[in-house]
Amino acid sequence: MRVAVVGVQGDVEEHVSITEKSLKSLGIDGEVLTVRKPGIVSKSDAVIIPGGESTTISKLIWKDGVAKEIIEIAESGCPVMGTCAGLIVISKYGDDQVRKTGTKLLELLDVRIKRNAFGRQRESFEATLNIEGIGEYDAIFIRAPVIEEAGNGVKVLAEFDGKIVAVREKNILGLSFHPELTGDVRIHQYFLTMV
Amino acid sequence: MDIEKLRFGTELVKRGFAKMQKGGVIMDVTTAEQALIAEEAGAVAVMALHKVPADIRASGGVARMADPKKIQEIMDAVTIPVMAKVRIGHYAEARALEAIGVDMIDESEVLTPADPFYHIDKRKFTVPFVCGARSLGEAVRRIWEGAAMIRTKGEAGTGNVVEAVRHMRIINHAIMNLKKMDDDSIFRIAEVYSKAYLKLPSGVNHEFENRVDFGGDEVVYEDYTLNQIIDGLFEVLKEVKEIGRLPVVNFAAGGVATPADAAFMMQLGADGVFVGSGIFKSSNPEVYAKAIVEAVEHYDSPEVVAEISKGLGEPMKGLDVSDLEIHLQERGL
Repeated sequence: MRVAVVGVQGDVEEHVSITEKSLKSLGIDGEVLTVRKPGIVSKSDAVIIPGGESTTISKLIWKDGVAKEIIEIAESGCPVMGTCAGLIVISKYGDDQVRKTGTKLLELLDVRIKRNAFGRQRESFEATLNIEGIGEYDAIFIRAPVIEEAGNGVKVLAEFDGKIVAVREKNILGLSFHPELTGDVRIHQYFLTMV
Repeated sequence: MDIEKLRFGTELVKRGFAKMQKGGVIMDVTTAEQALIAEEAGAVAVMALHKVPADIRASGGVARMADPKKIQEIMDAVTIPVMAKVRIGHYAEARALEAIGVDMIDESEVLTPADPFYHIDKRKFTVPFVCGARSLGEAVRRIWEGAAMIRTKGEAGTGNVVEAVRHMRIINHAIMNLKKMDDDSIFRIAEVYSKAYLKLPSGVNHEFENRVDFGGDEVVYEDYTLNQIIDGLFEVLKEVKEIGRLPVVNFAAGGVATPADAAFMMQLGADGVFVGSGIFKSSNPEVYAKAIVEAVEHYDSPEVVAEISKGLGEPMKGLDVSDLEIHLQERGL
């Protein structure tokens, strides 16, 4: 199995290392590649868009031609996971901040996203969630977005304080928080078994 | 939902914030307009300042925290994180910046130090801190004090990358050596590194003609005894040895002026780049800012760095470090 981690900006290494660990724990033979140029995503079985700054990541993936390949591979049914900034980038609809900054979205996940929904860094936190299919999970929210509205085909996997923070729509997985910052491999295992 | 379960300002949350900046460029800005240019160019954050370091250097006098009103204008203008600087050791400036909701505080040698003995005990804050370092010792002390991000000090406001390169190489080399050491040797290093905290107590003791029986149980910094500090530094050093790098994000800063400078610092192992005077002291800030963002992304592709460096206009003029009267990097050990 080949997993591509979009590596233009953000906590890329963390996603690479936890994905490698998850592959190993599942006994799957595979490789994890960091992507900053076209030509790799289209030859992968799954794609991860990490946390970082959504304004920066969006600009660079469109400029580098990686964005089109992610859309194509998602349409062909390959799993795509977006965490935090990655969730913003894969969403269909944005908020005022997305519009104001002219951030171009990949429109893979039928949700309306709200950036910095809990506030600034001061308001960032850790909390225990109950995620469907996974169970109790310690999640790290950093200037996190939330999902304000989800389409009919979108399954809500977790809420926090009445806000949607984890969803799945067929082959697309979107998370407000950062599974790559913990040692807990369950979310990456869940994602890899979607392949 | 039990809101009591929310845990703010934990080490994971603070270090995690810094990790989200990786592979990115953090740009110094002095106005909301400049902040918008930085955001549009793809900056991952901006550093809100009263003056860029080159102007601080030129104007002299005491450099302090920027006007909170100015910082707030910048926070209102952009959606990306906003950082701001406080003087080394200045708790009140740091609390004020935390109160207005700045996303990260830079305890910076670019401003005039407020405390001649100590840095801020950064674990006491919810907001994460970045601090400068020019050696492994400085980096390890700042990390023990709770810094969530380290940056090279370089020599700010010069547009001369040589000092940033020096500091990155010194830290890398020290880590390489550390990896070959056993725990006993590493403990000795921790003892040596702890000496920086003794300036105040040993100065006072000197005035007492060394009559104070000075031992490891003496409280020397905040609530910490010398032995606790040595143990703390030892733990950080062991982690550095184990993972072969600093346990927090390490950015390049202090003299990065061109896309090639930024790419070079990334090649030396920087996790990202701060550009201070380099962007808004260049002849074409919009183009310069975009070019540096791309150079950091494609630091390992010489053809991309060459392409984006074409026809950029004049970079900031720059200063030779040997001609300087003040070396900002010497502030805060």
